[in-house]
Amino acid sequence: MNLTAIRAGFLTSVQDLGRPGFREYGVSLGGALDRHALRVANLLVGNDESAAGLEITLGGLRLRFGDDRIVGWCGGEFKVRIGTASVDAGHPALVRAGEEFSIESSSLGCRAWLAISGGVDVPLVLGSCGADLRAGFGGFNGRPLRDGEEVRLGDNPTRAKVLIDNLRVERIGRWKPPHDWSNPARRVPTLRHIRGSDSDRFAETAHQLFSGESFSVSADSDRMGIRLGGPMLERKEDADLLSEAVAPGTVQVPPNGKPILLLNDCQTIGGYPKIAHVITVDLPVATQLCPGDRVRFFEISIGEAHALLLERERNLEQFRRGLELHFK
Amino acid sequence: MEIIPLGDSALLIRVIENFDDAPGRALNRVLATKHALEAAEIPGVVEIAPAYATVAVFYDPPRAIDAGAPSENVVGWFERRVHDALSNEKSSLGERIEKPPVEIPVCYETEFGFDLEEVARRVGLDQKEVVDLHTGAEYRVHCVGFTGGFPFLGGLRSELATPRRDVPRKEIPAGSVAIGGKQTGIYPIKSPGGWNVIGRTPLKLFDPRKNPPVLLRAGDRVRFRSIARDEFERSTS
Repeated sequence: MNLTAIRAGFLTSVQDLGRPGFREYGVSLGGALDRHALRVANLLVGNDESAAGLEITLGGLRLRFGDDRIVGWCGGEFKVRIGTASVDAGHPALVRAGEEFSIESSSLGCRAWLAISGGVDVPLVLGSCGADLRAGFGGFNGRPLRDGEEVRLGDNPTRAKVLIDNLRVERIGRWKPPHDWSNPARRVPTLRHIRGSDSDRFAETAHQLFSGESFSVSADSDRMGIRLGGPMLERKEDADLLSEAVAPGTVQVPPNGKPILLLNDCQTIGGYPKIAHVITVDLPVATQLCPGDRVRFFEISIGEAHALLLERERNLEQFRRGLELHFK
Repeated sequence: MEIIPLGDSALLIRVIENFDDAPGRALNRVLATKHALEAAEIPGVVEIAPAYATVAVFYDPPRAIDAGAPSENVVGWFERRVHDALSNEKSSLGERIEKPPVEIPVCYETEFGFDLEEVARRVGLDQKEVVDLHTGAEYRVHCVGFTGGFPFLGGLRSELATPRRDVPRKEIPAGSVAIGGKQTGIYPIKSPGGWNVIGRTPLKLFDPRKNPPVLLRAGDRVRFRSIARDEFERSTS
């Protein structure tokens, strides 16, 4: 069975948890920019947490399914409906065959991740179903969806069938994950980071400005990175480094002194000095930043970063166990 | 050697301090480090990726903690394992099998090598001399990056070093062979780029349907061979 993209929206692509293991060949990690959001959405609809779903940027998506499906989404403050009924982030919902499901505009944040029971069924390329939009492979023909296109879905798993039956009257499940998982966009975003691997290559004033000032999100931000405007961060020397690994969360500073926060589609190596690394649990907040938004940075220790990540994993495990109740 | 956190899920191992003194030796050290780390199968490690003078180790902190890393000192736990793995590094150095160089056919005609004339002018040679010097040397892949399969090749004759273009081109065709500073490389897919394009190969350097998806990997030796236009066209058709 298929989904039909009546309207594909501004930028909608098939994404899963990405393709680790190919960095040595220059292949980006890719995948959902907010991996946690996709994992949670998948668990809500009875999928394996790594199933392929849709990443929606700026909304405008209207879908129809060929058969009954459970959907769940996490992300910015989008208006999402089945027909005329609103579906809040983090709640599993039943969409009947032929009904229209839409992700309209957002009042805060810019991206959403949609899981559909059975998952999006596209070929696995280098271990992932995610679209590498820069290199043009993976996902749906290596590119974003277009208006009117049909995409195959996997069969509803048994757990989703149970949910389809359980939600036949209510339509929308009342349960949901913690609010900061389903709705990670923040009005006053602060990103926690650990010390950059090249922090000694920056003048002391650069560090003071980075932790004291706010930065504005530039319009030429994309899945590769978020370009930031604000005070110039002065490097001790103009010369770049011998290229070395970078990763999602890395904040690098080109010679113009304007930092770039790298996201999943970033190059595997880079030569700009790295002033900071945003911690994994705060990347969901980062991926909601829109052009014009202001953002601040706050340094913590790597031990704290690991403790936060471990706590989130433990909570996710608990959430997963709690959900079992609804699949019976 | 220095081990530095690259965020909360990766470590950067700086293997070599003075890369420029002996780039070839740096490459061997980097590859030996990578192989030793792979062989060590450290729990929680997701992938290992080499660059010029560094090896990056990407890890999953919860998995490492499940495998026994203390949650308050995951980095220290990895550091010890990395040091243990590298203390055996010397044994794996001698085992590397020398593969013959990969031959890359290149058509250096102006239509493909649209910056060849400019490069020749800047380095003060004629175009044929540039091609002869480019095909006369043997190169090694120092790392792969920029886009999937892009080989950064060391070994360019110093006479041919040409700075990158001030304004990068929006689109460089797949297969373009180019010079950027002291290096030469090949654009595997159509992409923007700032290097000086001197020719084009009909070979496919990146194919995501294959595993590994690349023609050239770090450590490979490379030679270029000049081909005429009709051979280029036969190879692509």
